[in-house]
Amino acid sequence: MDAFLLQVLNGLDKGGAYALIALGLTLVFGTLGVVNFAHGALFMLGAFCAVSLQQLLTISKKIKDPSVTFFDAFKETPYMEIWFGDAGTAIISYSVPLSILLAIPVMLLVGLIMERGLIQFFYKRSHAEQILVTFGLAIVIQELIKVAFGANPIPQAAPPIFAGTAPVGHWIGLGDAVVYPWWRMIYLFFSGVVIFAVFAFLRYTTYGMVVRAGMADRETVGLLGINIQRRFTIVFGIAAVVAGLAGVMYTPILPPDYHLGMEFLVLSFVVVVVGGMGSLPGAVSAGFLLGILQSFASMNEVKNIFPGIDQIIIYLVAVVILLVLPRGLMGRKGVMES
Amino acid sequence: MTKRDSDNPQGFSRRQALKLGAVSTVAVGAPAFFTRNAWAENFRNDPGNASSVTFGFNVPQTGPYADEGADELRAYKLAVKHLNGEGDGGMLNTMTPKHLKGNGVLGKKVVYVTGDTQTKSDAARASAKRMMEKDGVIMISGGSSSGVAVAVQGLAQEMGVIFMCGLTHSNDTTGKDKKRYGFRHFFNAYMSGRALGPVLKEEYGNQRQAYHLTADYTWGWTQEESIKNTTEELGWKTTATVRTPVGAGDFSQYITPVLNSGADVLILNHYGKDMINSLTQAVQFGLRDKQVNGKNFEIIVPLFSRLMAQGAGDNIKGILGTTNWNWSLQDDASKAFVKSFGQEYGAPPSQAAQTCYVQALLYANACEMAGTFYPPEVIKALEGFKFDGMGNGPTEYRAADHQCFKDVLVVRGNENPSSQFDLLKVVKIVPRSQVEYDPKIFGGDLGPYKV
Repeated sequence: MDAFLLQVLNGLDKGGAYALIALGLTLVFGTLGVVNFAHGALFMLGAFCAVSLQQLLTISKKIKDPSVTFFDAFKETPYMEIWFGDAGTAIISYSVPLSILLAIPVMLLVGLIMERGLIQFFYKRSHAEQILVTFGLAIVIQELIKVAFGANPIPQAAPPIFAGTAPVGHWIGLGDAVVYPWWRMIYLFFSGVVIFAVFAFLRYTTYGMVVRAGMADRETVGLLGINIQRRFTIVFGIAAVVAGLAGVMYTPILPPDYHLGMEFLVLSFVVVVVGGMGSLPGAVSAGFLLGILQSFASMNEVKNIFPGIDQIIIYLVAVVILLVLPRGLMGRKGVMES
Repeated sequence: MTKRDSDNPQGFSRRQALKLGAVSTVAVGAPAFFTRNAWAENFRNDPGNASSVTFGFNVPQTGPYADEGADELRAYKLAVKHLNGEGDGGMLNTMTPKHLKGNGVLGKKVVYVTGDTQTKSDAARASAKRMMEKDGVIMISGGSSSGVAVAVQGLAQEMGVIFMCGLTHSNDTTGKDKKRYGFRHFFNAYMSGRALGPVLKEEYGNQRQAYHLTADYTWGWTQEESIKNTTEELGWKTTATVRTPVGAGDFSQYITPVLNSGADVLILNHYGKDMINSLTQAVQFGLRDKQVNGKNFEIIVPLFSRLMAQGAGDNIKGILGTTNWNWSLQDDASKAFVKSFGQEYGAPPSQAAQTCYVQALLYANACEMAGTFYPPEVIKALEGFKFDGMGNGPTEYRAADHQCFKDVLVVRGNENPSSQFDLLKVVKIVPRSQVEYDPKIFGGDLGPYKV
């Protein structure tokens, strides 16, 4: 039971990342009809918002290290610590959550520029062409990041208050053996909050209602005198923000490098297809489902029977689901079927 | 007057025939005597009369072992500087026996080209091939992965260019995959096991349950095998051995099963960024705070370096492992190298840097000993070469498998560092005799001198 619970938690936190990326991916597809293969790059750009803020906060003064006598060695002391003492140290240690404040405007801007600058010219082109151009854009973005930040992963620490493990087993009466890292619990909670916020925005605001109407019947909404295109552009920006926030909060779990987006993009695209193209609940459900399945496939008991299954389980399940349910778990009739 | 033999219609006496034979032998043999070292036309990338000779440094500049790669490249650049008579000379001042004169190699200035192995065998081979075919390198060195080392070593044998391995720890490199054109200064997984065993027994006793997480390629497999054999000899039980993909990043799905496996020791057969990530995540999952079977849960990293310790931060404190060399050693050679490297780059060298620096010097020295760049002669100069003053005490390049034999260091993550670089504490210097083995146990065949 303990092992089962741990794998579920593991799957949920990984699934949280898949769900957040897939949510943005399917939102863009549902509104603009664009298959955006640059969406993984947005996740990676979000992660690098955290890296940028951390590097900004830790701009340092070099001070000679007297403990090294063989040669002239220098210790780097951040100006934040020199100027603000312990308060400066505390601000640096909270750089990841603070990055959210930076990532929201930056990612919104990136999303709007991307949509106005490139994507809008491909609305009426085939999906194959959209995939080609957005994939090319993703490669350009990742190479730019490689030039700016180098090719190696850059570790980001979670705030010290979230170090250590949460006594999950104790909370649900399974004893003290079942523990789970605090930051991963935070990530899971954060994913839930963002997903809820996006759904609430679409369901309970007038703006969201118009967007949903536009998703269902774009022409009729346009005939009512609403500039649906402008709203869809903003939806693209929101999708970019969602992917960016997912990237920011994931950095203490996986040190980001320029290739991070590609690693998640392929899996997230599978998640969208399994969930059903254009279905927001489908994307979220499939994200968590595939995350959990991947986690269980890594258990020794499973791998002893099916060696290497942890590497292919997601694709295997996708094949099975699409054979049984060709539109995915919650796909709508007519979407991508022309 | 010469009497002609009636039975000899051509008129040659036996004496004349013998004289003619002797003269012919001298005439045919003379050019070979006067051009004793003239293999000029027979080997790839012969520098001939050029004023310089090119070395190829093929290191991981991207991928999970990129930190080691960057330090290796720093060391190579320093070695080239010292070979060309620039800088303070570093270990050229301590190396014995030494045939190098500080004027390049065989009077030719050393220049170099670099490549990125990307920590991938295919990329490493492609990069090495480019160096051999386009850049005209006389020797290749580098690599921070045994997969890469084995792949490039095979290519080196095919192309007839000597490969001086960088950091590679798999038993296979000088075992089943050994090659005549490949040489390894670094120690191997078998030696790590032999060196670590007695210390593990002393620290953790002989009633333990070990769980292995292993990088899924040649180095991981052989290290897992060597450490497993060692711990089982101590009386430990192996709960599970789990293979993980190289560069996995998030190891949580592999770490959670450890929590309830009954194991009280986690052995991380990971290196570089993989080790930093897996160790950090193991600590995040609270493994080091656990008590299992009435004992403190322990983590062991059989191979680690100061660079990894730096990346892992406080998580490495107290953890046992082995290393090829550490900058805190107090012999003259280590001190000279640390000073030279530190002045150049502002930080002490890693074990990867030391092994690469030494390899570059050893190759150059062997060329001077052979009096030629002709690979078969250089190989013969390296085989069985005994040397000292390179930071590891008396060392020998064993002719049978091209593996260097020297003392091995057992280290622990320093709990009370005296400086920002003082991250590893040497627990024990295990003598060479304790880690030596019969080359036959790993099989393999070196192959021919001439290719």
